[in-house]
Amino acid sequence: MDLQFTDAENSFRLKLRDWLSSVIPQLPSEPHRNDWIGRREYDSMWQRMLFDAGFAGINWPREYGGLGATPTEHLIFLEETERARAPYVGQNFVGLLHAGPTLITEASAEQKAFHLPAILKGEHIWCQGFSEPGAGSDLASLSCRAIRDGDDYVINGQKIWTSFGHTADYCEMLVRTDTDVPKHRGITWLIVPMGLPGMDVRPLRTLEGSTEFCEVFFDEVRVPVANRVGDENDGWRVAMVTLSFERGTAFVSEMLQSMELARDLAQLAKRVTRSGVTAWDDAGLRRDIGRICAELDALWALTKRNISQAQRTGLVGPGGNVFKLAYAELRSRLGELAMHLLDRASLSIDDIGDLPTHAHVHGRIHALSLGIAAGTSQVQRNIVAERILGLPKER
Amino acid sequence: MDFELNDDERSLQEGIRSFLTGRCTIDVVRANEETGGALDRALWQELGAVGVFSLRADGFGMTESVLAFEELGRSLVAGPLVASHLAATLMPAAANGSRIVGLIEPSEPVNVAEHLASLDDLIVARPEGLFVVDPAEVIGVHAERPLDALTPITAVSHLPQGELIADAATAHIWHRDGMVLTAALQLGLCLASIDLAKQYAMQREQFGRPIGSFQAVKHLLADMLTKAEVTRAAVYAAAVNIDGRGDSTDLMQTARMAKMLAGDSALFCGKTGIQVHGGMGFTWEVDAQRYWKRACVLDTHFGNSDEHAAAFSAAL
Ligand SMILES: Cc1cc2nc3c(=O)[nH]c(=O)nc-3n(C[C@H](O)[C@H](O)[C@H](O)COP(=O)(O)OP(=O)(O)OC[C@H]3O[C@@H](n4cnc5c(N)ncnc54)[C@H](O)[C@@H]3O)c2cc1C
Repeated sequence: MDLQFTDAENSFRLKLRDWLSSVIPQLPSEPHRNDWIGRREYDSMWQRMLFDAGFAGINWPREYGGLGATPTEHLIFLEETERARAPYVGQNFVGLLHAGPTLITEASAEQKAFHLPAILKGEHIWCQGFSEPGAGSDLASLSCRAIRDGDDYVINGQKIWTSFGHTADYCEMLVRTDTDVPKHRGITWLIVPMGLPGMDVRPLRTLEGSTEFCEVFFDEVRVPVANRVGDENDGWRVAMVTLSFERGTAFVSEMLQSMELARDLAQLAKRVTRSGVTAWDDAGLRRDIGRICAELDALWALTKRNISQAQRTGLVGPGGNVFKLAYAELRSRLGELAMHLLDRASLSIDDIGDLPTHAHVHGRIHALSLGIAAGTSQVQRNIVAERILGLPKER
Repeated sequence: MDFELNDDERSLQEGIRSFLTGRCTIDVVRANEETGGALDRALWQELGAVGVFSLRADGFGMTESVLAFEELGRSLVAGPLVASHLAATLMPAAANGSRIVGLIEPSEPVNVAEHLASLDDLIVARPEGLFVVDPAEVIGVHAERPLDALTPITAVSHLPQGELIADAATAHIWHRDGMVLTAALQLGLCLASIDLAKQYAMQREQFGRPIGSFQAVKHLLADMLTKAEVTRAAVYAAAVNIDGRGDSTDLMQTARMAKMLAGDSALFCGKTGIQVHGGMGFTWEVDAQRYWKRACVLDTHFGNSDEHAAAFSAAL
């Protein structure tokens, strides 16, 4: 075992660092957090810059225009972009990390030729239409219906929690194409252009007041059969393929941010006063911060174990579930502690009183979603217990 | 970077595991309770022959050592394993297991020595250095009912100053390495608790099905495993750092991280393992209690997890 980077990895890092230091200072300022169109343009611009510099699609195979980088190089990429305070993947998330990889393994040559370059260049934004009001944790029970009519599928039904549904160009969508077979066997994966006649996208407000996800309603929406990826009724397998693209890097940027935030908390505690002494004078608080920082360091070590495993076997496996479970819980504790420290200043989501309130309160709110999105913590526990420990299924 | 076990590391760990599963079965462990936890010299020498104490004196690193100690913890091997391993570089007789070397870090409000009656040498670890003491000269009261029946203890009323054998810098390194080795034992306890609870959850039936099919039970086990895997990453990272192949320059801080995580996780896995067993968990017979009790003992070695959390924050 070792935790050190090779010469090749280090030179990749330096090359990237050079480039970042030359471009980051030139970037325009970020749009307002609820200006979704502005943010889309910003994210696309950054993706185009990465593309022009040869850093787009870090984890995509070379034959599809990617960099074909190893999981360790991907880690380095994320470390360096975080260090340079570079923009995040933002609205390109689904395209680059989910839909794109699915297309790479499952789509036809024409579909790949049309979509993959556009994703890499930041020209097309994708969203994910999987969840429905009646199908969340039990995703395979989804009921949004697609019925074949000549060269089209005709879609009726609803999707929900579609992140960036209001700005996206395409949706990777799961639809019900057969109701007479076991639920996993009647699902089909479609490429659905947004804005088709009969589609209605309605933004939903998150508990933070932002409108990052949407409901999408389908009323007799016609989508060409040519937009199907994989066979009819084979969509569940197609959707699961993407899971194998996770290489342990999914939470790297977040982890680095959380580690920095936890250390900032110590500095904040040294400056915040209570009844004449600083919060840092409280041994209990120091211990709580110490414990969280040490646990974050341990999770960072686990991240590196998962990445090493992906590097060796191509798969993270259930280590990814273990990580997500631990991280969602720890991130919540960090946020709670920060809010305790800020005390009444934590009652504002934006900075007040010259304090870094936003980072901590927004972070705490974000932590609430970590235990829900992409498989709730309860579902993660089921997976860990059944797939790693081999305990029997409930039914 | 490759933070997975390589072939040599894997085979070393498997070698130790197969020795222990043959020699230190749970029956051997339980039988030792009947002798008041007195250490078995023959076993100690066999451990020495396998290299448990001499690994680092023989040129292996902390990485190999934690892999071995993880197995010792898993098998619930009792006695001053960490102390004898640390002493191996200074005392050849500790390295081959012919002398049993214990260690005490003076503590408040009372000094508590472990396995005093079985020791040949007792090292007193003070901030100013390491001192060797003849165990026969230590005066104290033997506790009739130690929490862990396999870790007999003595409340020490007189601890001789002893003879200086190493300076403050060495004492500092022993403390650090002691944390990491103890953390590896604690990792082993976590894994053993999980194995036992998992077996029981698959076999015990209530309401007409295995209790392991109930989510409430599954989730307890999933939480145990999650804590154990995070702990494993922390322990291996601390070891790799000590061996100079790491990603941090503050070896004390990574050691603390490992000991803190391992202390919390071993206590959690220990108590949760008891819970999964229901009434059986509260019996002497079932081993779940043994893992929890050892976790209580080891949490007090080289600083408990609260102390490390506080110390960790001091560097922030
Ligand atoms: C910020 C955010 C962004 C999202 N973005 C997208 C997106 O872009 N596209 C998309 O398709 N979806 C998206 N989702 C949806 C997300 O995947 C679902 O919310 C998630 O899978 C849970 O489904 P649900 O909301 O229906 O909750 P439910 O499944 O109804 O769960 C409710 C509660 O029941 C528990 N529960 C359910 N089943 C079990 C079980 N078997 N065992 C134990 N407990 C159980 C859950 O843990 C939870 O506590 C997003 C969600 C969030 C929060």
